[in-house]
Amino acid sequence: MAVQASRNDLATAAIFVAIGGYFVLESLNYTLGTPLRMGPGFMPIALGSILILLGLVVAVGAFTHADPEEDRPFPWRGIALVLGTIIFFGATIRGLGFIPVVFLSALGTALASRENNPVSAVIIAVALTILCFVIFVLALGLQVRWFGPWLPF
Amino acid sequence: MDLFASLALGFSVALDPWNIFFCFIGVLLGTLVGVLPGIGPTATIAMLLPITFTLSPASALIMLAGIYYGAQYGGSTTAILINLPGESSAAVTAIDGYQMARQGRAGPALATAALGSFFAGSVSTLLLAYFAPPLARAALNFGPAEYFSLIVLGLLVSIALAHGSIIKALGMIVIGLLLGMVGQDIYTGQPRFTFGFRELFGGINFVSVAVGVFGIAEILRNLENEQTREVMVKKVKNLWLTKDDFKRIAAPVLRGTVLGALLGVLPGGGHILSSFASYSAEKRLSKNPQEFGKGAIEGVAGPESANNAAAQTSFIPLMTLGIPAHPVMALMVGAFILQGITPGPNVINDEPELFWGIIASMWVGNVLLVLLNLPLIGLWVKMLSIPYRILFPSIVLFACIGCYSINLNLFDIYAIAVFGLLGYLLIRFGCEPAPLLLGFVLGPLLEEHLRRAMIISRGDPTVFITRPISATLLALALAAVILALLPSIRKKRDEVFVEED
Repeated sequence: MAVQASRNDLATAAIFVAIGGYFVLESLNYTLGTPLRMGPGFMPIALGSILILLGLVVAVGAFTHADPEEDRPFPWRGIALVLGTIIFFGATIRGLGFIPVVFLSALGTALASRENNPVSAVIIAVALTILCFVIFVLALGLQVRWFGPWLPF
Repeated sequence: MDLFASLALGFSVALDPWNIFFCFIGVLLGTLVGVLPGIGPTATIAMLLPITFTLSPASALIMLAGIYYGAQYGGSTTAILINLPGESSAAVTAIDGYQMARQGRAGPALATAALGSFFAGSVSTLLLAYFAPPLARAALNFGPAEYFSLIVLGLLVSIALAHGSIIKALGMIVIGLLLGMVGQDIYTGQPRFTFGFRELFGGINFVSVAVGVFGIAEILRNLENEQTREVMVKKVKNLWLTKDDFKRIAAPVLRGTVLGALLGVLPGGGHILSSFASYSAEKRLSKNPQEFGKGAIEGVAGPESANNAAAQTSFIPLMTLGIPAHPVMALMVGAFILQGITPGPNVINDEPELFWGIIASMWVGNVLLVLLNLPLIGLWVKMLSIPYRILFPSIVLFACIGCYSINLNLFDIYAIAVFGLLGYLLIRFGCEPAPLLLGFVLGPLLEEHLRRAMIISRGDPTVFITRPISATLLALALAAVILALLPSIRKKRDEVFVEED
C-alpha cells in the first residue's frame, strides 16, 4: 500500500529546505557580527534557518493528508518554449537586433500553445513584431539596434 | 492646510489636461487587463514601470494608480459575463453576477457593479484624504524600532489574510525576504549571494521578480489546461436599474463600502478578503438568503463596493508610512523610487501637489471608469473574445522588452525566466505568490531598520518591546498569527474562502 502523503507538500518542503540551505551555507562566508553591529551574514542565516524549519514542518504535515485532486499534467511544451524564448531573447537581443529577436521570440511563445498551428503562429509573430516595434522603438524610443551586428546587413 | 484647500490643490493637479489624459490611459489599461483573465494589474504595472520613467511624477503615479483600481472594475465585467474572475477580488462577484447574466439580467448586474464601485470609490477617496495626513504626522515620530515592528506586523497580517496553508505563506514571505537580501550589504558593501556576478550587486530587479512570479507563472499555469472561453452574453441590454433594484442595492453598497474601506488598510489581500466578507455579511443579513447563488443583486452590489473601497484605502499605508500593503502597492513604491521620491510620511509635506493630486485623481478616475464601463460595455465584451493563444505571446514579449528597457541589463531578462519557473512550481504546489513579492520588497527595509535599531539601542534587543508603539505593533502581529491559527477562526477562514469555488 502506498503511503498517504501530499506530494505537493513534499515538493514545497524540498524547495523551502533547498533555498534555505543555500542561503545559510553561503552566509557562513560572511561576517556574522554581534547583536550591536550585525554583520552581513546575520539576517540571512537567521531567515535561512527559519525557512529550513518551515520546510521541515511542511514535510511532516505532508504525511497527514493526501493531495485533494488528481495530478495535473506538467505543461512541458509550454514550460520549455516560454522559458526557452525568454532566455533566447536575453541571449540574442544585442547580437541579432530588435526586429529578428522579437519575431523569433513571438513565434516561439506562440507555439507553446497547442491551439496554435505554424501558420497562426507566424501570423501572430508578424503582428506582434510590428506592434512591439511601434510601441517600444517608435513611440517610446527604446535604444536598441533594429538589426544587430551578427547579421550581415 | 485644511482638507478643502488640500483637495482644491489636488484637483488643480488632477484636472490638468495631461493628467486627465494619463488617468484615462491608466483606467483604460486597467479595465482592459481586468477584463482579460490571465493578466492582472501586478504584471501590467510591472511592465509599464519603465515607461513611466519619462513622465512627470504626478502623471506617472496617477496612471499607475488608475491601472490598479481600473482593474478592479474590469475584473467584475468578466466575472459577470463569463463566470471567470478577471481579477481575484472579483471571484465573489461571479457567484451571483453570472447567475444574473444567465437570467438575462447582465445589464443590471454590470450597472450595479459600476455604480456600487463608483460610490465606494468616491467615499473611500474622501476617507483617504481625511485620514492620511494625521497618520503621516504620527509616522514622523517613528524610529527604526517602530518601523521594524510595523513591517513585521504587515508581513504577519498579510499571511493571516491569505488563503491556503499558513506555514506555506510564512515560507513564501521568508523566501521573499531572502531574495531581497541579494546584492551589496547596506552597511559594509559586501556583495551577498551574487554568484560573483557584478550585475547582481544592486540586487535582483524587482520588476523581473514581479513579472516572473505573476505574469509568466500564470501563463504556465494556463497552459496546463487550455480551454476556450465562451462568452454567453453577446449583447448587453437594459443597463439601467429599476427603482426596486436601487432600493435593494442601497444598503449592501453602504455596508460594502464601510467593510472594504476598513479591510483595505490591512496588508495582504485586503481587497480580496473584503469582497468575501461583504458577501457573507449580505447573505447573513438578507431576508431571503436562499436567493444567494441564484442571482441575488445584493451579492453583486456588496462585494463590488467592498473591493473597490479597499482598492482605494490600500493606498493609505503606502502614502503615509511608505509601507506597501500588497504587491501592487509594492510596485507603486518602485514607481516612487524611479521618480526619485522616497514614499513615506514626508511626501505629504515635501510634495503636496503630488500627494493630493494622486488622491484627487482617484475620484476623476472613478468618474472616467463609469463613463468607460457602461456605455462602452460592448467593446469589452468583444475584448473577451480575444483568444488566449494570441494574448500570452504578447504578455511574454512585453515582459521581456519592458524589463530590458529599464536598465538594458540582460540579467533582468534571465531573472524573469528563473522566477517564472520558481513561481510556477510554488503555485502548483499550493503556495501563494503574493507574500513572496511582499517579502522581497520589505526585506531590505526590515534588515535596515533592525540593524539600525540595534545600533541605536546599543545591542539591546528589548528596545522593540520597551518602546510603546513598537510593543503594541508587535503584540498586534502576534495576535494576528494566533488568531489565524486558532481552530475556530481557521474554520471560519476556510469557509469564507471556500465560497470561491
